[in-house]
Amino acid sequence: MGYKCLAKDKFSELVEKFTKEQDVFAPIAQGLEVKWSLIDDPSKILFDFKNTSMSPKGLFFPQTECLFEFNNNKDAEDAFILKETSPLVKKRTLLNIRPCDARAFSILDKVFMKDEDSLDVYWKDKRDKTILIGLACTNPCSTCFCTQVNSSPFGEDGLDVLMIDLGDKVVLKDVTDKGEEILKGLEDASDEDIKKVEELKKEAESKINANLSMDNILSREVLEVYEDPFWDRLYETCLNCGACTFYCPTCHCFDIQDETKGDYGRRVRNWDTCMSWLFTQHASGHNPRGTKKHRVRQRFMHKFKYMPIKLDGDIGCVGCGRCIQVCPVNIDVRDVIKNMNK
Amino acid sequence: MLVEYTKQIQEAAKRLLKEKKVDCVLGYRQGTIPLVDAPYFAYTEEEVDNLIWSSFCTKNLANFLIKRTDRVAVIAQGCVSRSIVGLINENQVKRENVYILGVWSPGMVDRFKVMERVGGREILEAKEEGDKIIVIGEGFEEVIPKKEVLRQNCLTCVHRNAVLYDEFIGEKGEETGGGNRDMVAAPWEKLSIDERWEKFTETFKDCIRCYACRNACPLCYCAECFVDESKPQWCGKTQDEADVYTFHILRAFHCAGRCVDCGACESACPMGIKMRVLTSKIEKDIRQMYDGYEPGMELGAVPPLSVYRPNDPEEFITP
Repeated sequence: MGYKCLAKDKFSELVEKFTKEQDVFAPIAQGLEVKWSLIDDPSKILFDFKNTSMSPKGLFFPQTECLFEFNNNKDAEDAFILKETSPLVKKRTLLNIRPCDARAFSILDKVFMKDEDSLDVYWKDKRDKTILIGLACTNPCSTCFCTQVNSSPFGEDGLDVLMIDLGDKVVLKDVTDKGEEILKGLEDASDEDIKKVEELKKEAESKINANLSMDNILSREVLEVYEDPFWDRLYETCLNCGACTFYCPTCHCFDIQDETKGDYGRRVRNWDTCMSWLFTQHASGHNPRGTKKHRVRQRFMHKFKYMPIKLDGDIGCVGCGRCIQVCPVNIDVRDVIKNMNK
Repeated sequence: MLVEYTKQIQEAAKRLLKEKKVDCVLGYRQGTIPLVDAPYFAYTEEEVDNLIWSSFCTKNLANFLIKRTDRVAVIAQGCVSRSIVGLINENQVKRENVYILGVWSPGMVDRFKVMERVGGREILEAKEEGDKIIVIGEGFEEVIPKKEVLRQNCLTCVHRNAVLYDEFIGEKGEETGGGNRDMVAAPWEKLSIDERWEKFTETFKDCIRCYACRNACPLCYCAECFVDESKPQWCGKTQDEADVYTFHILRAFHCAGRCVDCGACESACPMGIKMRVLTSKIEKDIRQMYDGYEPGMELGAVPPLSVYRPNDPEEFITP
């Protein structure tokens, strides 16, 4: 355990060590956006960026994922026998993932891998085979509020290694045994470097001034928050689109569809969104979340009230601020938190 | 914020609420982030102080009138007033339930164009002064002529003043943004079928099917959208090309002869997809095929594709 150090011009060598045997993903610039991409050229990997437009959740929980295939022809030898989707062949490394996005994975682990009975094999396979090397946030966005939701620009939760960019070099801290293994052989960081890391950490945290509190949300009765009159105004302008849920690193609801074409069939799961009326529509015609107000309230109640109750206090939000940036009608989660925390 | 307009809007809104002519006033409040001002209902004179008018009011307020049963005053520039006319004609909004505060639109700003101008750097503040936008971020301040970052639909708009209103706020202004709307559609026309398909797939490849475009559109009020129908299911739910493209093509055709080119779809899209490349071509065809018909210009008008006449042209039907 401890801080290691690597000159930036040697960074490519480290990456190439991975790319030989693994698929390496990292944020790269594509037009105006920063996107997660499979890396063939380490020089493309960004260090100077705020965060990726979309979170990396799609690398573990793809928007469309085939769960299995089947042959619908009753006369065929393999009729109606499920063909498993093959697990990942190659191991993977995600480089320069932000601490907020890594923390989202550790929250989602509690959902997808809660216990043996409800284990999501598709999620687990990808999680087990992927190393997460994080890049600390030294310059958070104006919409960031990670420190208010149990996270930090230098947070380690969910990571194997945390890297801190010092300009001409990076300081690397191992978080897990896997991380320690990766950093073997690198030289130790100097006291001066470690001091610099501490300074950068303080500076980054001080830049986040959303001034939010969760204390009252967590202590208020569920029904009291549920029935708060502020929901009556909040939902009015919501479009009930799915932008917030799809950009959110912790939103994880899905829809399952069986598709057939001729004899071929497959079961796919697709991201779904609780903003859609269809999400809760029953076959009977009844819809327990029949109004827009129900749906808008659900998303925030789930994140800030139900998830903490079910996940030992873990909030279903990592403060990345993506929903604030993409909401077409400027519904700002920070305002919602303030209202819920009355 | 356009200070003078904002003041006049607030005065009118307060008066209407005080006289109990309406139950609320639908306009915009300042957004919590730059370049995105937010639709807002003001129910009290106090709340009216939150109402503003700016070049960042990029949604279509007519969309929020659907299914409301109270009496709403709504701030409407050309496109929004035309959408209201369309919704009245299609029996989605009752004329007597809306009080239209007509305004002239200076043209709204495309935030993606602004982001491009500053190279994707984070914008911390955006102000407008006259015909300029001042964008401020960490270590930079850029003054951008508004015209250079206007939404494409605002540049090619030909009805910037409200066409239907109960009172008009401020002076009427230039009707046109100066661009040629027929030219917007023209690139498609020059392309071969294969090239069109290529351009089409390129345009929509980033779609994440969040449906922000559909839900921001005042035309998309169907109780059940065809992509949501399950008995039978017309459209798959996956990210496969066929599913994504089916949604966009069918939605565009469903809007044919009804789209007022308000640009709310593009402004709502988080991915910056320019889906107007479809609708602008379709609207051009409608104008050409139906004696220059423009939707939303007249109460009582019937959208051309919603009627059948025995003598409708049918040359396109191959015997």
